[in-house]
Amino acid sequence: MRELAASIVSEHVAEMCQEANLYLGDDVLQALQNSYEREESPTGKEVLRQLIENVEIAKNEQIPICQDTGFAVFFVELGQEVHLTGGTLKEAINAGVKKGYTEGYLRKSIVDDPLYDRKNTGDNTPAVIYTDIVPGDKVKIYFAPKGGGSENMSTVKMLKPADGEEGLIDFVVEHVKAAGPNPCPPIVVGVGIGGTFDRVAVGAKKALFRPLGQPHPDQRYAELEQKILNKINDLGVGPQGFGGRTFALAVHIETYPSHIASMAAAVNINCHASRHRERVI
Amino acid sequence: MEVKNIEAPLSDEEVLSLKAGDNVLISGVIYTARDAAHKKLIELMEKGEPLPIDLQGQIIYYVGPTPAKPEQVIGSAGPTTSGRMDAYTPQMLKHGMKACIGKGKRSQAVKDALQEYKGVYLAAVGGAGALLSKRINKCEVVAYSELGAEAIHRLEVEDFPVTVVNDAHGGDVYIEGAKAYAR
Repeated sequence: MRELAASIVSEHVAEMCQEANLYLGDDVLQALQNSYEREESPTGKEVLRQLIENVEIAKNEQIPICQDTGFAVFFVELGQEVHLTGGTLKEAINAGVKKGYTEGYLRKSIVDDPLYDRKNTGDNTPAVIYTDIVPGDKVKIYFAPKGGGSENMSTVKMLKPADGEEGLIDFVVEHVKAAGPNPCPPIVVGVGIGGTFDRVAVGAKKALFRPLGQPHPDQRYAELEQKILNKINDLGVGPQGFGGRTFALAVHIETYPSHIASMAAAVNINCHASRHRERVI
Repeated sequence: MEVKNIEAPLSDEEVLSLKAGDNVLISGVIYTARDAAHKKLIELMEKGEPLPIDLQGQIIYYVGPTPAKPEQVIGSAGPTTSGRMDAYTPQMLKHGMKACIGKGKRSQAVKDALQEYKGVYLAAVGGAGALLSKRINKCEVVAYSELGAEAIHRLEVEDFPVTVVNDAHGGDVYIEGAKAYAR
């Protein structure tokens, strides 16, 4: 059994919170640059130019890429041979979020009660944490700060199995079209298919953690991702909704086995500041 | 790409010269307000009491920046979703506001009010908070300091980049832009 101090997990988490909000991943930057080259609309091109310059300023001057530094979302693969000492995994992650968001001058965007009090917790905790127990003695942490504007443009629908590929495509494209300029396009579209009502939404979220430019391993789903992406970009909504070729940078699908009576589907939208980080401890 | 330069606060003539799709650089003084500050301003209007800022000709920016580091004027400062302010915007226009800056779609009531009171809705690039913060030279709280990031701030901006979404003539770049590039 490997012993690992909870404080070490917290240190890593604190660093990841700051890194993700200051440095946009090369995968997303590359996708923005490719879109800039292809964009036909002059205003759309100017938006993409500003976004690329924004990434440079954020990095060089240590200013967060976006003022919405997000809800802290984690997927953790915890090796079953790891024994965490001095605290639970949840405590360790929340302590790291508190430290990262406070010391990093990141915005605290979480309120304690969703309906009545809505009082800011002051340190951006609690995080949203999904844990998988896996073989081995390592801890793998995936982190994404998730902005509110794009999260608000997300949805779940219980499709019928008979809706098939066409029904799924229509659901995703119509939903994204209705969201329009609100989720800060160019967007990344996470699509969950299969599982239960709750599981499909987690799948859509997890899809946003995949590096851009990496297609689904199943050829059929990889082709479906491309097909949906083309349909979305053909809407003409463009960067920030001002019109143009680049409404979405990527569509990522995550699947899960399905009940015979169901075909659950979910769309989780991310903005162009598709921030994500991963570390193995 | 053609760019227009405007000085804030705005006159009716300047507002009427702006068309949906125009790219504009703003210089001058603008004010910030989000949900909580709007709510307080509307309450004062309904009671007929004086407002903490004179809205005549003003541009209101919907923003909740990250905390500024000691050496910074302001933290990351991009626009927030405007739709949350839809319920308040017609009243703000009626009381003299000439423009607001945010991102995302507005209600039909807001678009109608922009025509009625000669106002304009502008969008800054959502998620370009670092870049936009560099166009803000001065930032001070002028009202509701208890609201923290949501307090009303007076900003001095220089060449602050925005695009006209809804003009005072009924134009809407979210509709017209997508139509032009759809296939």
